[in-house]
Amino acid sequence: MTWLGIDTSNSPLAVGLVKDGVTLIEETSNLKINHSLTAMPAVESLLHRASLKPGDLTHIAVAQGPGSYTGVRIGMTIAKTLAWSLGLPLVPVSSLKILAANGRYFNGMICPIIDARRGTVYAGTFKGPSLLSAEPEAHQELSDLLGRLETAEGTILFAGSDASQHEETIRNALGDRALFLGSHNRLPRASELIRLAMEETPVNAHAAVPEYRRLAEAEANYLKARKGPAT
Amino acid sequence: MTMDKYILGIETSCDETAASVVKNGTEIISNVVASQIDSHKRFGGVVPEVASRHHVERITMVIEEALSQADMEPEELTAVAVTEGPGLVGALLIGVNAAKAFAFANGLPLIGVHHIAGHIYANRLVQEMDFPLLALVISGGHTELIYMESHGSFDVIGETRDDAAGEAFDKVARSLKLPYPGGPHVDRLAQESRETVQFPRVWLETESYDFSFSGLKSAVLNHLHNAAQRGEEADPAAIARGFQESVVEVVTGKTVRAAEAYGVRQVIAAGGVAANKGLRTSLQAAFAEKGIPFYIPPLPLCTDNAAMIAAAGTVMYEQGIRSTMAMNGRPGLILQSWKEKSGFSV
Ligand SMILES: [Zn+2]
Repeated sequence: MTWLGIDTSNSPLAVGLVKDGVTLIEETSNLKINHSLTAMPAVESLLHRASLKPGDLTHIAVAQGPGSYTGVRIGMTIAKTLAWSLGLPLVPVSSLKILAANGRYFNGMICPIIDARRGTVYAGTFKGPSLLSAEPEAHQELSDLLGRLETAEGTILFAGSDASQHEETIRNALGDRALFLGSHNRLPRASELIRLAMEETPVNAHAAVPEYRRLAEAEANYLKARKGPAT
Repeated sequence: MTMDKYILGIETSCDETAASVVKNGTEIISNVVASQIDSHKRFGGVVPEVASRHHVERITMVIEEALSQADMEPEELTAVAVTEGPGLVGALLIGVNAAKAFAFANGLPLIGVHHIAGHIYANRLVQEMDFPLLALVISGGHTELIYMESHGSFDVIGETRDDAAGEAFDKVARSLKLPYPGGPHVDRLAQESRETVQFPRVWLETESYDFSFSGLKSAVLNHLHNAAQRGEEADPAAIARGFQESVVEVVTGKTVRAAEAYGVRQVIAAGGVAANKGLRTSLQAAFAEKGIPFYIPPLPLCTDNAAMIAAAGTVMYEQGIRSTMAMNGRPGLILQSWKEKSGFSV
């Protein structure tokens, strides 16, 4: 079994190959270069360095969002096209869960955060060390999330680079109950993506779509207008 | 002996998800277009984020359908050609990344095609090119006169300085409260109307092959505004006819003048607005009178499609042009002659 994992859902690029449960090669770059320029060259180079051909792959894992709309689509487009072309199972994994996995041995609540601008975030909570979902992933106001976490129990481990961006706000709300992963542990890793994918069910490559966790703005406005002004 | 070349074309620059297999650059083997028009209608125009979402949903199914209609396996293909630009960036990225992944998975050469080169080469699917030729590319995003001395040589001799012709059609249609997409409705009203409202012809400088449509569009809006102020009811059909007559007269006039000045052996029209009946009829009549061969591809090849990308990609393939896995979607890509391009694109 040879897995290829691709995460372009946010600004870091994570790609990796795992063969029979062993990581052959994995790379995470945080250079903020357009994924469309770098993702396929990275896949090409990875296979080349591992002396593998596309036909040697057996599974494809991909981060399916939430995140940057464009970023999520680039990874999903590459992954579903590779999976369909090569006739391989495709396993999409939540981008939040991949970030949470960096703290998977924490015995408590793990809360990965992806910034979504204007005071909003994509977030959910996972129980360590099983990584079972506790609170479903959603696009939400950071203040609403923190309001709910204030009433929860125990310490909470915040994961992802965007969590540290909001560290002050989070500490103000939760004080010592808030812990943060170190800066070396905040970027997504393809080996974790693949490990998570091994536990999930493959999807039909044609039907695979990103999980945006948010309507397109025009769509949201259209629905609002159709319902009429709020009363 | 020359081997037959089968090129897979992929096009996602705007709101059509399209894939096609073309043989030797001239023969359509399959041509699949998944239109999103019904989804964008409710917004009154193409919403880029919504378009990108639809593309990623459909892209692999559309490619598979193109292969299955062609009854071909990927290994029977010669190369993959994809629209590199211009267009909506988020939309382009889906086609570009799908093309790269497909080419990589199947070990096929990859070719990035300029969308306008595609529109021009749509003609080759019905009529062999005869150089030197003049191409009129007229659509929602473009209004250009392009002189071609040979395959892959593009000299843009005239272009719009503001709105594309199709954009002007859509804006006028909206002001007349016609449903989206408005171009065909304006054309229909113009054909039906007996009355006409006189609008100005914008010729710009005597020597220029450039176009300008924003003044004409403003004249239509002013006419509607003045009628409303006087409490009169405007006649949408007469306005549509007057507007269309102005566009048709200027576009025909400039295309004919350019064709004569450059002494071309052939004139071809392409792009969605080339489907406009008024324009078609006028161009056909004008070139028949001048005795210059004139061609417009059938409607499905005028609007965005992937067969045209495969057709252009075939000639690029023959000229040795290839793209790498680092190809990006390029929303502002400029039309360059392929020989210039090949110098630094590899
Ligand atoms: Zn077009």
